[in-house]
Amino acid sequence: MTTEEIRQVILDILERIAPDEDLSGLDDHVAFREQMELDSMDFLDIVMELRKAYRIQIPEDDYEHLTSMASTVAYLEPRLRDVPVAG
Amino acid sequence: MALNDRIVITGIGLTAPNGNNLAEFRQSLLEGRSGVVRYETRYMPPVLAGVCTFDERRYQSRRDVRRGTRAGSVAIYCANEAIRDAGIDWDRQDRSRVGVYLGITEHGNVETENEIYEISQFDYDTTVWSHHHNPRTVANNPAGEVTLNLGITGPHLTVGAACAAGNAGFIQAVQMLRLEEVDLAVAGGVSESIHTFGIFASFQSQGALASHEDPAKASRPFDIDRNGIVVAEGGGICTLERLPDAVRRGATIYGEITGYAMNSDASDFVLPNSERQAECMRLALSRAGLRPQDIDLVSSHATATEQGDIEEATALNAVFEGCSTAINNTKSFIGHAMGAAGALELLGNLPSFDDGIAHATINVDSPDPRCRLDHLVACEPRDLGTIRRILNNSFGMLGINSVLIVQKYEG
Repeated sequence: MTTEEIRQVILDILERIAPDEDLSGLDDHVAFREQMELDSMDFLDIVMELRKAYRIQIPEDDYEHLTSMASTVAYLEPRLRDVPVAG
Repeated sequence: MALNDRIVITGIGLTAPNGNNLAEFRQSLLEGRSGVVRYETRYMPPVLAGVCTFDERRYQSRRDVRRGTRAGSVAIYCANEAIRDAGIDWDRQDRSRVGVYLGITEHGNVETENEIYEISQFDYDTTVWSHHHNPRTVANNPAGEVTLNLGITGPHLTVGAACAAGNAGFIQAVQMLRLEEVDLAVAGGVSESIHTFGIFASFQSQGALASHEDPAKASRPFDIDRNGIVVAEGGGICTLERLPDAVRRGATIYGEITGYAMNSDASDFVLPNSERQAECMRLALSRAGLRPQDIDLVSSHATATEQGDIEEATALNAVFEGCSTAINNTKSFIGHAMGAAGALELLGNLPSFDDGIAHATINVDSPDPRCRLDHLVACEPRDLGTIRRILNNSFGMLGINSVLIVQKYEG
């Protein structure tokens, strides 16, 4: 997956778990929680969706890397580089 | 009875397979319109079910619908509709004095089945089991979702009472209002049961799942060709208040709960017991200070099972011997709405206080002589002229019986 494809994967997940939000103006460098209604259970949905779609096990200690789009993509890039986008 | 012990119904919200508010529901019942359709469930060939079509988004965001359960959405819809119908100024309501009491037949099966199916797609890897499972399956979920949605900070609980649950929700509310634990109760019953295949499969294994080539004719209480239960979803929720509070704010009063009773068969896991059912009805009558002949209409529980209908008819004939009390049955239209059944069956009959009409029991084409009821309102509605008191039966597995008596409010 390319960087842009990883970003789209995350965006698709966010649209599913926060269906009432308008994500068109999402700032990649600002924390998700500062831009949208996203509580700890929603956040776990991001982790779960990645686990289901790409078999990535993200340890709890690494959750701090998933605060914004930019940091999430940076964290996932080495882990998803050789993985195709799920159909 | 002290004025403060008199409890009245002041608002109604409901969703049934044939109506998403009281007016629609009542019209369907008077016009003989069924709500039973063919329905796809997991693992099994298509079944018949009563399916609701209310708008989940009317009172919930898409996020909250996704987050919660179907029972929660049913409850939120009905609770909001009831409060709106009651004309309560919600912004000025002291929500710490509101209690939510909802009867349920079961809860959690839907989510558990969904999660087991989900992990089956991942070779039963339990790390994909949802973190939403616990908050969705705790037994208080439907009532708890109502408090979250409406900002209610008073007590909430569900009353697990199998298919006697709808009445049980109302009874809990009456008791809490009389104890002055709350000033306003949001109470009734809800069901999401059609979203679990297990309830269909279990009734099928028991030989108690209805089948018919015409879905509208599948639910046939008291008919000789009945062959089991049609499972339905739904919800019926009321606002209940102490009479002086309701009068003070000029509320519309749909009826007054003047009697109730619950008891247990202590005889069988699934087979009902006409003696205990009769005792339950007599206890409710006694508490209301009424004789059987004072009841104008009985809303029967009958589910169209072989033995269940016979037991209830036996109990009714014992209690109402020599009376001309009319008897009808709502499940013949919508199937068995489980936790919501008792509530919906009462609510669909309440407008009879105004129009004097007992809605029909449809599909009684050939009354079964083993459950003969001389005053059954069969096939067509009956104009009784005046209806002032309704007795509502709801019975459930493990031998739980509940009876509610509601009287027209006449000052």
